[in-house]
Amino acid sequence: MTMKKVVTRTQRRRSQFEGFHFTREMMGLGDDGGILADFRVRAWDAFEKLPYPTTKDEPWRRTDIRGLNNDFQLPVAEAYMDLPAIPERLLKSLVSDQHGGQITLLPGGMHKDFDAESAPKGVIFTDFETASRQYPQAFGKALGKVVDPTEGKFAALTAALTPNGVFVYVPRGVQIDQPLHSLVWAAGEDLAHFSHLIIWLEEGASLTYVHEVASPKDVPGQTLHGGLVELYVGMGANLRFVELQSLGDNVWNFTHERAHVEQDGNIDWIFGAIGTHLTKNFSDLDLAGNGANGRMSGFYFTDGQQHLDHDTQQNHHAPHTTSDLLFKGALKGESRSVWQGMIYVAPGAQQTDGYQANRNLILSDRARADSIPGLEILADDVRCTHGATVGKIDPELVFYLRSRGIPNEQAERLVVDGFFDPIMQRIPFDGVRERFQEAILEKMGGTTSSFAV
Amino acid sequence: MSELVIKDLHVNVAGNEILKGLNLTVSQGEIHAIMGPNGTGKSTLAYSLMGHPSYDVTGGEVWFKGKNILELEPDERSHLGLFLAFQYPVSIPGVTVANFLRTAINAHRKAADPEDKGIQIPQFRTMLKERMDLLKMDHAFAGRYLNEGFSGGEKKRAEILQMATLQPEIAILDETDSGLDIDALRIVSEGVNALRSSEFGALVITHYQRILNYIKPDYVHVMLDGRVVESGGPELALQLEEQGYDWVREKYSSVAV
Repeated sequence: MTMKKVVTRTQRRRSQFEGFHFTREMMGLGDDGGILADFRVRAWDAFEKLPYPTTKDEPWRRTDIRGLNNDFQLPVAEAYMDLPAIPERLLKSLVSDQHGGQITLLPGGMHKDFDAESAPKGVIFTDFETASRQYPQAFGKALGKVVDPTEGKFAALTAALTPNGVFVYVPRGVQIDQPLHSLVWAAGEDLAHFSHLIIWLEEGASLTYVHEVASPKDVPGQTLHGGLVELYVGMGANLRFVELQSLGDNVWNFTHERAHVEQDGNIDWIFGAIGTHLTKNFSDLDLAGNGANGRMSGFYFTDGQQHLDHDTQQNHHAPHTTSDLLFKGALKGESRSVWQGMIYVAPGAQQTDGYQANRNLILSDRARADSIPGLEILADDVRCTHGATVGKIDPELVFYLRSRGIPNEQAERLVVDGFFDPIMQRIPFDGVRERFQEAILEKMGGTTSSFAV
Repeated sequence: MSELVIKDLHVNVAGNEILKGLNLTVSQGEIHAIMGPNGTGKSTLAYSLMGHPSYDVTGGEVWFKGKNILELEPDERSHLGLFLAFQYPVSIPGVTVANFLRTAINAHRKAADPEDKGIQIPQFRTMLKERMDLLKMDHAFAGRYLNEGFSGGEKKRAEILQMATLQPEIAILDETDSGLDIDALRIVSEGVNALRSSEFGALVITHYQRILNYIKPDYVHVMLDGRVVESGGPELALQLEEQGYDWVREKYSSVAV
């Protein structure tokens, strides 16, 4: 009997992400009167204590960060001067003829365009440093209150390293007619960009807001973006919040977002995601007060090697609250999407109505969508429904359309357009719908058709 | 005047030969009815003529306007002037009847003239309303998702609406009468009759003679086991209605394998 000698080659494969080279000193704390500096230092402490997520952690089970670089640089001051400029079309208002104001966050700088004089009294739309110095009361009350930096490694990192975020404050009863807009421009190679947005609506206030995160296409290497979005909707307040993510496919994107809605408040939250190499997003809706209402509508389209992971929570903490989530995505190439959704109904949150649905359309044999709905209901008088589907284009539909003279590519496009129609119906802004239509066209590989409807 | 000439057509479905050498000629201006018992290949003929990818043509030719259309894609066949009214139209979620029809019309225009910029919206709306009135359809129909939640009658009317809009030279109506009550059948038939002209030919595939009371055929053919075995005038349909298909089967039992 011969013994077969088995030689095992140990492959040096990282068992987990090794960790960034960021240091405490990189925070470069400025003169902001203390509120912001204290917050960032606490966030850094939390960042140091928290472990990096691994695929053993349930929320990260399907998203592996071991391929992430660890030696990103922070942009130096005025780095944007040497980087590609923001395309003009991204600066146009998507939801009305013009902006009420716009802040662009650039690598190593920012640009503010807001006429505070002509805005209603008490409205704040400015950067964190200014807010911390000039409006300590409002800013101090809002900073880190909706998303706690200790919630996760990337939340803490983003809170600590965001050089200068955007703060929006609308006082009691004030309705802002013109939409406000912020744009994060994450240009550059091997850079880390961090952004933090806080919107705070006092009782009865109302606002339409567009938050866009974008970067140039075809950039080699990796770029990092960490984002925090905190939305506070006071009693009876009304927020329409549109966020668009069209980062280049070199970007690894980690975001924590939450809307906190008080009694009878209302949020209409629209997501569009077409970019990044990898995204891990947490978007939570906390319905905190009696009768609070939230609608979340998501659009995504992936291709190539993209990996988009959206983790949503609809938390009904109070009675008579309603939530309605619809996320729809199409996938091409070898891309992958993950949607994990949870409706939570707290004990005593009676007469709540929660709905969640995720629909995926797979356009290639190698693309994959994971769709994982969940319910956790601790009250007994509620209505909660959910649904999740993953499907392909039905060839019978394409044949039917082709039999009417519609060429193959256009027939598929029509089926995809139809698939997304329920999302489009939920978007009250022509400009946003057009942006999604353009994204579909681009991802489908078509040119603008002169007769596209 | 164009003709659809089917010569010795052989078609396999999932490896089984369904059409076994079918010959038939349909000219513009003529209405032909094809009748036959279930399972003789009537729907296979319809799908094969339109180019459904699951129907495997193993032999024969189909000539239309100087082309063997078996070599063309379904959309190219449509551009040539061929139309199929489906027995079971699929629903297209999220695509309205109006959007779909405008896309189809524009695809036809673009096929005829690559520089075409598409039909003007007001012109399209006027035309669509006219056609819907013809089929006694509520105008709100234009805004509904195509075939989604349509009743059987609505689906068939939507098929005829498409036919009336695209104005084919030769239309194949695959069991358009199935699942229709008498009122719906009358409306659909009137829609077809309104299109009758020297420019329009049709192949009406049906299991029952009933629809032929409304759409009077010029010719009637009987299909059995993948072939056309008997052809005649409208009186042939009446004979089948009275006597059934047994006499045809007996007559051609030596032919049928």
